[in-house]
Amino acid sequence: MIPRHLTIGVAVMLAVALGMSVYVWRMRGRVQQTETPAAYTHPVAAPVQGPTEQVTLYVAYDDPGLLRAQGASIPLPAGRQERAQELLRALLGLYLDKSSSHLLGAGAEVRDVYLVDPGLAVIDVNDAFADGHRSGVLVEELTVASLVQTLSANISGISRVKILVAGKERETLAGHADLSCTYDVSAVGQMVGELQ
Amino acid sequence: MPWSSFRLRKNIAVSSRGRWEENCGAWLCRTAEGGPRGVRLMATILLLSAALLSGAPEAKRLSVYSPSANYSVEVTVRNGGDYVELLEILRPLGAVTARVDGRVWKVRYNNLDGEFIDGQTRVRVQGQNFDLPGSFLLNHDNGRGLVPLGSLPNLMQRFLGAPVNFHESSRRLFIGNVAVHFTAQVNKTGPPGITPPTLVMNFSSPVNPMIATEPGKLRMVFTHEPLVPPGSQSLTFDSPTIPSATFQEDNGAAEIAVAGPVPLFASFSNDGRTITITPAPQAVVRPAQSPAQAPPVPSANPVLSVQPGTPPPAGAAGNSTASFSTQYFAVVDASHGGEERGAALSDQLAEKDVTLAVARSLRQELQARGFTTLLLRDGDVTLTLDQRASLANGAHPAIYICLHAGSQGSGVRLYTALLPAGGQNRGPFLDWDTAQSGFRAVSQSAESSLATEFGKRKVPVRSLAAPLRPLNNVAAAAVAIEMAPLAGNISDLNSPAYRQVVAESVVAGIEAVRDKLGAALESPSPGAIPPGAAR
Repeated sequence: MIPRHLTIGVAVMLAVALGMSVYVWRMRGRVQQTETPAAYTHPVAAPVQGPTEQVTLYVAYDDPGLLRAQGASIPLPAGRQERAQELLRALLGLYLDKSSSHLLGAGAEVRDVYLVDPGLAVIDVNDAFADGHRSGVLVEELTVASLVQTLSANISGISRVKILVAGKERETLAGHADLSCTYDVSAVGQMVGELQ
Repeated sequence: MPWSSFRLRKNIAVSSRGRWEENCGAWLCRTAEGGPRGVRLMATILLLSAALLSGAPEAKRLSVYSPSANYSVEVTVRNGGDYVELLEILRPLGAVTARVDGRVWKVRYNNLDGEFIDGQTRVRVQGQNFDLPGSFLLNHDNGRGLVPLGSLPNLMQRFLGAPVNFHESSRRLFIGNVAVHFTAQVNKTGPPGITPPTLVMNFSSPVNPMIATEPGKLRMVFTHEPLVPPGSQSLTFDSPTIPSATFQEDNGAAEIAVAGPVPLFASFSNDGRTITITPAPQAVVRPAQSPAQAPPVPSANPVLSVQPGTPPPAGAAGNSTASFSTQYFAVVDASHGGEERGAALSDQLAEKDVTLAVARSLRQELQARGFTTLLLRDGDVTLTLDQRASLANGAHPAIYICLHAGSQGSGVRLYTALLPAGGQNRGPFLDWDTAQSGFRAVSQSAESSLATEFGKRKVPVRSLAAPLRPLNNVAAAAVAIEMAPLAGNISDLNSPAYRQVVAESVVAGIEAVRDKLGAALESPSPGAIPPGAAR
C-alpha cells in the first residue's frame, strides 16, 4: 500500500505542475498580445529602381529658422512622377530622424505626388504628417517651403503646388500655414530667399 | 443665406473657393457642349438632390439635463407616438442592467427594480404598479425597452426620486434643480449715433452655444445647457439697433434669436457666463475725415473705441441701420481662440491666451495715441479665418495687425502675405484669396517700420513673407506678428513687460507710417471694397 504522505506529496506536485502550465500559457498569450501592435504595419515601399542621381534638397533648420540647400545622392526612377515622390520621401527621411534639424511627427509620410499639366504638382501627405506637426507660423512655413522648393528645384516644369492631407484639402497645416491655397512656385522662391 | 457666406468675388462659379477650377470647369464645359440633353440631365440630378436634401427630416432628439450629466438621446416613432429607450436615459445617471424574460423586460437601476411587459401599459417600479400613457415596446433583437415619451416624468421620478420637469413639446427633460437662467439688457453708453449699443446677456452658469448669423438675426442654439425661458419668451429693448430677442425651444435645444437690422457679433466673457452682442463693424460709407488726416486725439477714456466727434455718416442719416457706422484706423486680431487653442507653448500656456493678452495691451496703447481700434476677439471665442477677414474688411481699417505666438526661436517675427497662385480682380470686385495684392507695398512699409521700432528697443526681429491666412484676404495694409521668447524662456511670452515692449514698438511703427497708411486708406482703388461687396 502506498503511504498516505506520498499520495499527498504527488498530488501537490501535480497541482503545482498544472498551475505552472496554466501560468506559463497565460504569460505567453500576454506577451503575444503586447507584441502585436508594436509591429510595423505600414506597407514597405518597393526598392527604388534607377541610377543614383545628385539632387538638391531644401532642408529646414528650426534653430536659426532657415532653409538650406543640401546636395544628396539618391536613386531616382525614370518616371517624372515617381522621381517627385522619391525626392520628397528622401526629404522626409531626413526629418523623421531623431537628430533632425526639423523633426516631423512619427509616421509622417508623403502618400503620393501627382503631376498635372500644365505645371501643377499635388503633394498628398498622410494624416500623421499634419496631425503630428508642431504648431507655429515659422515652423509650418519652413515645412511648406521645404517641400515646394525641393520639388520645383529638381523637377522641371512645376509652376504651382497644392498640398493635400490624406487626399483632402485642409485649411492649415497645424493652425498656421495655409493649405487651402495653391502655391505659386515663384512666390515661394522669394519666400525661400528670405529663409536662407 | 447667412451673411458670413458671401465672398468678395467668386472667381469660378463651380467652386466656392475658386480652387480645382481647371478640372471642374472643363467638365462643365464638356457637358454644355454635349448638348441640351446633358444640361437637362445635370439639372435634373441637381434638382433631385436638392429635393432629397431639403426633404430630409431632422432626427428627433430628447435632451436630458441632470446634476451629473447633460446628454441627448434619439427619439423613435412607433405606433404613431414618440418613444425613447429607457436604458439610454438611465445609463448616464447610474448603474443600470436589463434582462428579457419572455415578454417581460426587467430593469434594475441602482437598487430599484422595474418590470415592463411588451405591449402593455401597466408597469411595476419598486413594487408599485402604475400605467404608462402608451404601451411599453420591447425590441427582441437587442433586448432594449422603449417607453412612451410622455411617461418620462412619472418614470424618472420613481427611479431617481428627484423632481423632474419635462418640456414635452420641445423634448427637454430637467432632473433636479439644474436650470440655467439668464438676464438680458441693452447698454447704451456714449453719444447716440456714435457708440453702438450692446446687448449684455448674463447666465447663471457658463454656456457655450452654437452661434449663427443670418440677415436680420443672430441665433444662439443651446444644446447642452438647461437654459430656461425668462418671464416672457419675447424680450423687447428700447434700441433700434437691437430691438428684440426671442427665446424658443425645439427638438431638445433652446434658442435665443436676437433681432437686429445690422449684422451682429457675439463675444464671451466672465468664463462663459456673459455674452455681449454688438453690431459688427459696418462697411457702409467712409467718414468725411480719415483718422490719418485728423490730428491724434488724446483720449481721456482708455477704452474709447471710436474717435469722438466723428459725425454720423452722410447718406446714412435717418437710417438706424448705419447710424453708428464708423471706421477704425487699426484692427487688432488675437489669433486662435475658443476651441482652437493654437500652439501649446507649455503645459499651461496656450497661444490663444498669449495673443489675447497682447492684443488687449496693443489696443490700449493704440487708443492712448488716438488711433481708433477694433479688437476682433475680446474673449475666448472661436472665429474662423474667413470671419476674421470679413470683419476686418468691414471695418475698412488703415492697418490690420494679426498676433501670433510661437516657442521656436527668439524675438519677434513680422510677416506679410505670401499670395497664392491665381486670382484676378473683376471690375470693382476683389478676388478673395488675393485681396491683399493691391496693398502689398503699404504692408511692407508698415512691416519695415515696425521692424525698425523693434530694433530700437533691442528686440530681435525678422521680416518674412508667409502663407498665413487671413493676411491674403484683407483689403488693407496687413502685418502678422509672431512673438517668440526673448531669451529662450517660454514664460517671457506671458510677461507684461514683453507685452508692453511689443505694444509700444507696434504703435511707434504705425505712427511712423501713418501718412502712407492714411493715403492707402483714402485711395478708393484698388483697396476699397464697394458697399455691398463685403461679405
